[in-house]
Amino acid sequence: MEVKITINGKAYEIAVAPMKRLLDVLREDLNLTGTKEGCGEGECGACSVFIDGTVVNSCLVPVCQANGCSINTVEGLSNGELSNLQQSFIDYNAAQCGICIPGMLIAAQALLNKNSSPSRAEIRQAIAGNLCRCTGYMKIVDAIEAAALSSKE
Amino acid sequence: MSVGKNVTRTEGRDKVNGAAKYIDDYRYPNMWYGKTVRSTVAHARILAVNFSPNFDWSQVVVVDYKDVPRNIVALIFDDQPLLAESLVKHVAEAIVLVAAPTKELAEKAVHHIEVVYEGLPAVLSIEESLAVKEKIFGDDNIFKQYTITKGSVEDAFQSAEIIVEGTYHVGHQEQLYIETNGIIATAKNDGSLLIEGSMQCPYYVHRAIKEAFQLADEQVTVIQTVTGGGFGGKEDFPSIVAGHAALLSRKCGHPVKIVYDRAEDFAASTKRHPAIIHHKTGLTRDGRLLAAEIDITFDGGAYCTLSPVVLSRGVIHAVGPYKCPNVKVSGRVVATNTPPNGAFRGFGVPQACFGSEMHMEKIAKTLGISPVELRRKNMLKQGDITTTGQQLNYSVGTQEVLDAVLERSDYLSKIEQFRQTASDNKRRGVGLSFFYHGGGFTGSGEEKIKGKAAVQLLANGQVEILTASTEIGQGVKTIFRQIVAEELAISENSVTFGKSDTSKVPDSGPTVASRTTMVVGKVVQMAAANLKAEMAKIIAAKAGCDASEVKFANNQITYPNLAQPLSFAQAAIDCLKEVGELKTMAQYSSPPGIKWDEINYTGDAYPVFSYAADVVEVEVDLDTYEVKLLKVITASDIGKAINPAMAEGQIEGGTVQALGYGLCEEVVWKDGKILNNRFTNYIIPTAQDVPEMETILVENPYPYGPFGAKGLGELPMDGGAPALVAAINNATGTFITEIPATPERILAALERS
Repeated sequence: MEVKITINGKAYEIAVAPMKRLLDVLREDLNLTGTKEGCGEGECGACSVFIDGTVVNSCLVPVCQANGCSINTVEGLSNGELSNLQQSFIDYNAAQCGICIPGMLIAAQALLNKNSSPSRAEIRQAIAGNLCRCTGYMKIVDAIEAAALSSKE
Repeated sequence: MSVGKNVTRTEGRDKVNGAAKYIDDYRYPNMWYGKTVRSTVAHARILAVNFSPNFDWSQVVVVDYKDVPRNIVALIFDDQPLLAESLVKHVAEAIVLVAAPTKELAEKAVHHIEVVYEGLPAVLSIEESLAVKEKIFGDDNIFKQYTITKGSVEDAFQSAEIIVEGTYHVGHQEQLYIETNGIIATAKNDGSLLIEGSMQCPYYVHRAIKEAFQLADEQVTVIQTVTGGGFGGKEDFPSIVAGHAALLSRKCGHPVKIVYDRAEDFAASTKRHPAIIHHKTGLTRDGRLLAAEIDITFDGGAYCTLSPVVLSRGVIHAVGPYKCPNVKVSGRVVATNTPPNGAFRGFGVPQACFGSEMHMEKIAKTLGISPVELRRKNMLKQGDITTTGQQLNYSVGTQEVLDAVLERSDYLSKIEQFRQTASDNKRRGVGLSFFYHGGGFTGSGEEKIKGKAAVQLLANGQVEILTASTEIGQGVKTIFRQIVAEELAISENSVTFGKSDTSKVPDSGPTVASRTTMVVGKVVQMAAANLKAEMAKIIAAKAGCDASEVKFANNQITYPNLAQPLSFAQAAIDCLKEVGELKTMAQYSSPPGIKWDEINYTGDAYPVFSYAADVVEVEVDLDTYEVKLLKVITASDIGKAINPAMAEGQIEGGTVQALGYGLCEEVVWKDGKILNNRFTNYIIPTAQDVPEMETILVENPYPYGPFGAKGLGELPMDGGAPALVAAINNATGTFITEIPATPERILAALERS
C-alpha cells in the first residue's frame, strides 16, 4: 500500500506492505537506524518512537496503522545540536553500550513533555518499559532529573 | 590531569543521537541474509535432512558440515563442531544454514527443511551427569576437575569445636545484552574473509575462523562494530555466528548478514553455569575458621567451550576473602545435553560467592554471633595467605570496604531494628555480603597471552591508541584515552582510539576477566611511555640536548634553551617530519615475584584482587512472598578509579545484574529446551524494580596497575545475590539456599523452617 507518513517533520510517501512493522519501515525503507530492536515483542522499549506525540513500541505497530501520522524518532531529538536531554545523558554517563538509549530518550522526553519536574520515582515509572542491562538505571535517572532541572533554569 | 576525572564517553554523542552503527544497522549492496536450522531435541542421531520439493531451492544456498574445511569451533578442547554432523548434543545446536537475498525468503526456506532424528537418552542435570546415566563426554562426563589443597582438613576437623555444613544451588543466568548476536561476513575472491559484527574479542573470532577455514593470519580480518552489550555472552559465541556467516558468504558469493532474533539468541547462546556447592567448615567456638572443605560442581552443557577456565576461577574463589589454614576445594565441570554454558561476567565466582557467603551467614546463625563479627574475625588482610598460598602484599582493602558499607548503611542497627519493627504482613530485612575478585587471567594466563598494545602519532599531532580491547559499554575508549593523556601530560582530547580491526591493531588479548583497565591499560600506558621516550630522543637529537632534558608537561614540551615551549601537537608533527612515522608498542610482563604452579594449583592465582562489600535492604510481603528492594549500598576497592563516573556505572550495572540473578532471573527447562526464551517471561530488573543505590569507591592503589587501577568489571556481579538472600532471610527468619529467590522458593523455605 501507499503510506503517507511524516517522520521528524519530513513528509514521506512510500509503497510498502501494510503489515510491515513500523520499526522495519523506519530502519529498512527510510534508513533511520537509530531506532533499535531488542526483543520484537514490545517488552524492552528499544524501538520506542512517538506516534502523534504518544510513545509506542514500533515493533508492535504495523505501518498501515501509522498511515497519516506524525512519527518522531531519536534522530528527530536533535537538530544538529543535541537537546538538553541528550546532552545530559552524555554528561551523566547514562549511556554505556548504548543500544537501549534511543528508546530510553524517547520515553524520557515523553515524560518531560508532560511533567517538567518529575520526581525520581516518576522518572523510574516512566522508563520502566525500557530495559537497560548495563547501567542499573542510576545514571539514566540522574540524567533525566538533571535535564528537567536545567530546562527550568 | 586526566586520570581521576569524569571525562565524558568518547562515543557518547553517537550513542545519544542514533548515529552509532550496530551490526544490524549495516546493509551492503547485494547482501544476503542467513538463517540457521537448529536441533529441536537434546540428544539424537541425525538420520536425514530432507529438503521439501515444494520450495525452489535454486533461489537460496544451503550449507552443512561438509562445507566446513575443519569443522570445529577453536577454543579450548575443540570438541564443538561449527555444524552438527551425525549427532546433536543439545537443543538449538546448528545443523544446516541457509542464505537468501531476503530475510523472508531465508525464513521460508528454513521451514521447508526437515531433520529426522533417532532420539538418544539425554543427560539433563548435574546429578544425571555425575551418575553417568549416559556417557556423553569421555568415560565420566567430566570436562575438567581441579583440587586445591592447603594444610590438612582431615586433621583440622578433628580439633574443630564446631562443624557447619551446607549445600547451595544456583541456576542458569542469561547475559541478556539488549543487542542480539550479529555478524556480516564477506568472502573475497582471493579466498580471504572479512568478518564484521558484535563481539568482545576480535582475535578469538580471528583464530576460530582461521582454524575452521584453514587460512593464514592475513587472510582473515575481523572488525568489531559498536556492540550492544556483551557481559561474557559475546566472548566466545560470536565465533560460531561468524563461522556460519562466512560459510554462507563463500557459498553464495555475497556478503551475508546473520542477526539473531531474541528467541533464537536466547535459545542458542551460552549462559552462566548452574552449580551445586557444598561447604563443610570447622571452626573454633568463637568463630575462627580452622578448616574448609568445599565441593563444587558446574554444569558445562554439551560442549566444553570455556568451562575449564570458569571452573578454575570458581575453585580459587570458593573460600571467599577469608583466611583459613586448612582448605580442600574439589571442583569439576560436567557435560549435560543442554546448550553449552560459557562466559558471563563473574565467570564462576558469582556461583562460588553465593556458596561461601550464604555459608558464612549459616555459620553466624549456628554460632549465634554477628555476621559482621564473623567476617571481621576471618577476613584477609595485607600479608595474609590465600587458599592457593598467595601472600597478599599490596592493595588489600578488605577492612575499608567493610567499614565503609557498614557505616553508610547503618547495617548493625538495622539488622536489629527490622526484627523489631515487623508489621503484620510485611517484613523488612537487611543482608551483607563480602567478596573479592582476582583481576586478569588466572595463574600464568597473562604470561601466555602476553597482550600487546601500541600508540602512534597522527599527522595532525594527535596520538592514536591501537588495541584489540573492545568498547562494549564499559568505557575502554574513554579510559585508555585518559591513561595515555596522563602519561604524556596532554589533554584526552588529543588522544583518539583506533578502530577495532585485527588488520590494524595488535592482539591485546580478549576483552574479558576484568583485565582491560588493569592489564591492557598498563600495557597502553607503557606504550605511551615508550612514545614519550622516542619523541624525546628525536627532539633531543635536533635540539642538541640530552633526551632526559626533554620535558612533557601541560600539553607542552620544553628543553633547555628553547625560547617558547612547544605544543605537544607541534612537537609530534616535527617528530613525524624527522622519522616519517612513529609508533611504539608495549607488551605485558608480569609484576615482579609472581609465581604460579599449574600442576599443584598453588601460588599467585592473580596479580591482585579487588574487594567489595554489599548491603541490601528488602521488604518481603508475607501474603505474596514478593520481595521489594529498598536500598542497595556497595563499597568497592578498585585500586584507582580512572574515571569515577564510569566506575560507578560499572558497579551499579553489575550489581543490578547480580540482584536479578538472586531475585528473579530463572531459565526454565523442559526436556533440554528453554521454555522462557523471551523478554516476556525471562524477567530482568526494570528501573522500578531496583532501588536507589549508593556506590562507594575505595582506592587502595595497586603498584603495577595503570595509576594504581585494579580489576573492576566483574566484581559487582559477585556479591549482590548473597546480600539479597541474606536480607530475605533476615526479614523472614528462614534460610534460603537456592537462587533465584522467587516467591515460590521463599514460600517453600518458610514451610520447611
